[in-house]
Amino acid sequence: MSYFGPGHGACPGCGFPIAVKSVLEALEGKAFIVNPTGCLEIVSSMYGRNVWGVPYIHSLFENAAAVAAGIEAALRVLKRKHEGHVVVFAGDGATADIGFGMVSGAFDRDHDILYICYDNEAYQNTGNQQSGLTPPGARTTTTPVGKRQPGKIGKEKDMVSIAVAHGIPYVASASVGYPNDLKRKVKRAVEFEGAKYIHVHSPCVPGWGIDSKQTVEVARLAVETGLYPLVEFEHGKLVRVMKIKEKKPVEEYLKAQRRFRHLFKHPEGKKIIEELQRIADENIKKYNLLQQ
Amino acid sequence: MQERLQDESYKSGKRVLLNGNQAVAEAVKIAEPDVIAAYPITPQTPVVEKLAEFVAEGVLNSEFVNVESEYSALSVVYGAALTGARVFTATSSHGLAYMYEMCWWVAGSRVPLVMALPTRSIGAPWNIHSDHSDVMILKDVGWIISMAENAQECFDLTLIGFPISEELNIPYSVSYDAFMVSHTAEVVEVRDVELPKRKQAYKILPNSEFALNAVTVNDARHKARKTLMKDLENSRRKIEKIGRCFLGEDFSLAEKYRVEDADYVIVTYGGWSGDFKDVVDEMRDEGVKIGLLKLRFLRPLPEEELKEISGDVLVVDRSALYKFGGMGGEIKRIIPEAKNVIAALGGYEIGYSEIKALVRRFVSGKIGEVEWYP
Repeated sequence: MSYFGPGHGACPGCGFPIAVKSVLEALEGKAFIVNPTGCLEIVSSMYGRNVWGVPYIHSLFENAAAVAAGIEAALRVLKRKHEGHVVVFAGDGATADIGFGMVSGAFDRDHDILYICYDNEAYQNTGNQQSGLTPPGARTTTTPVGKRQPGKIGKEKDMVSIAVAHGIPYVASASVGYPNDLKRKVKRAVEFEGAKYIHVHSPCVPGWGIDSKQTVEVARLAVETGLYPLVEFEHGKLVRVMKIKEKKPVEEYLKAQRRFRHLFKHPEGKKIIEELQRIADENIKKYNLLQQ
Repeated sequence: MQERLQDESYKSGKRVLLNGNQAVAEAVKIAEPDVIAAYPITPQTPVVEKLAEFVAEGVLNSEFVNVESEYSALSVVYGAALTGARVFTATSSHGLAYMYEMCWWVAGSRVPLVMALPTRSIGAPWNIHSDHSDVMILKDVGWIISMAENAQECFDLTLIGFPISEELNIPYSVSYDAFMVSHTAEVVEVRDVELPKRKQAYKILPNSEFALNAVTVNDARHKARKTLMKDLENSRRKIEKIGRCFLGEDFSLAEKYRVEDADYVIVTYGGWSGDFKDVVDEMRDEGVKIGLLKLRFLRPLPEEELKEISGDVLVVDRSALYKFGGMGGEIKRIIPEAKNVIAALGGYEIGYSEIKALVRRFVSGKIGEVEWYP
C-alpha cells in the first residue's frame, strides 16, 4: 500500500493530497499521523475505506498539536522515538483559529513534532466559511459580497511569524505548487530536535473557484506575485527564500479565482486590490524575493 | 465514630497524615504513569504540584507535561495512552467543562486512563467550593466513576483505578469533595503494593495501517456506543475482583452501613457520608432502625445493593439536575418511592446538627418527593 491513497475522496485538483504525499514520501512513511477534523480527515479515513498506509489518528478539531505532543512525550518515555516522526496535518482553521492555543502550547514546550498546516484559506470542509487565514477581499459564505461588503474585511494572521516568535528550531512556508521544495523542507525540518512548523499553501478548487487543472498554476501565481512568500527560518533566523524570477501583478492571481472576481466590479474592490498589491510588495521587500 | 475508626485495620504499608489530594498523589506514585499532564485549577492544584515535586526529586519516573489548558491536558494523556503509556491527569469544575469534548472522545476511543476530580461547583455565579455539579456532567459520558469519602478512599480508589481502567478499556475518574476531602488531612495507610503492568486493547505501532476514529456511517457509531455502555453496565464483577485483590475481601461498589434490618435507609456518596453515618449511630442508640448505603461508585451504579435495601429511602444529593438531584432521579427508577434532597450547593456547609435535623424530618415522614435543603 502507498502512504496515502489511492481511493481518497478529495475533489479532483485538490491541493492537499500533493502536500500529504510529498511529506510522507520525504519521511519514507516513518511517521505517526495526527489529523484534526477537516477535509483531509473526511476524505481519507472513512470507516472501512482508510487510505492511510501509515498509522493515523483523527484527534478532534482543536487538539491535534496536544495529541501529537502526548504521543511524542510517550514515545520518548517508552524509548520508542526511533519508530517514527510525529506529524500533524492540520488545516488553517484547526491551526490558526480553534486550535491556536494548543499549537502555541506544543511549540512553547518544544515537543519534537512536525506540524504541517495545509492552508486552503477557509473552512472548506463545511463549505467555504472564512477563517483567520482567509485573505482580505475573499468571498466566502460567511464573508459574502453585498452592497456594503466586498467579501472579507480585515487581515489574515501571519502564522509563519507567529511560529517563529515561539523560538522553535525550524519554520518554513511551502506550496503545493512546488512539491520538491516542500520535500526538501520536510527533510531539513526533521534534522532538528524540537517543534517544526511548515505552512503549506494549498488551493481549494470549489472554495477558490478555480478549475481542477489550475491548482498548481494558481499556487505558483501566489508565490510569483509575492503574496505567498516561500521562506525558511532556522532557530529564528531567515536562512533561505525562494526567489521570484519574474514578478507578476496580484491582479493576475486574483483574476484566476472566482472568490476574488467581484473585486474588479465592487466599489470597494479597487482599494482591496491595492492593499493586496501593497502586501505583496512588502513581502518582496521584507524577504528580498526578487532575483537580482 | 471512635469505634469505627478503630475498626479499620492497617495491616501493611505505612500510616501517614495526608489530605485527599496528597493521598491521590501517593497512589499515582505507586502506579508510576509514563506521562502526566495537567493544568492547575482549585482545588485540584495540590495533586499535580505534589506529582511535579515527585518528578523533580526523581522519586517518580514520569514525563510531566505542563500544558496550557485542561483541554490540552486530556488531549496529551490521550495521545500518550494511544502509544501504550500509562497516564494520569486531574481537573475540577470548569476545567472538566472545558475538556468535556475530550471526555467523550477518550471514552469512545476505549482508552484507559485515570483522572482525579476533586468535585467543585460550576458557575455562574463563581464558586470554588464543593458540590457535585462537575462529576454529574461526566456521569453519563461513559466513564467509570468512583467517589471517595475520605483521604484513605482517595488513595485506594486512585490506586485500583489504573488496573480497572486498563482491564476494561474505559477511562476512570476518582472523585472527592473539594476541600472537605481534598484539603483535609487524615491518617492514611499508604499500601505497599505493586500494580500489574499496563495493558490495553490496542496501541499505535509503526508501519501499520491503523486508523483511529474514522468517519463512521451506517451502524458503526451505534455499535461502538452500545458496546461501551454495555461493557460499563457489566463492569461490576471485574471492578470488584480488582478492588478485592488490592484492598481486601470486603471491597464492593457500595458500603452497607447498618442497613440489614433498617426501616429507613439514607443513600449518600462522597465526603459527608461520614456525618450521616454518625447520625445513623446516634439514632440507632435512640432505637430508630436506620442505616446508610454509601455509593462508592456512581458508574457503574451499584444497582444490586440499591435493590436489596428495604424500608423508606432518602437519597441526599449535592447537585441539582432538572427537578431532582444528581442521583435522586435515577435511583427513583430502582426505588420509585425514594425521597430526594438537594443540599448544600457551592460549599454551603451544613453541619452535624443540621444533618441530624434533616434525617429526623425524613424519619418522621415529613420530606416530600424532592426537596431543597436549605
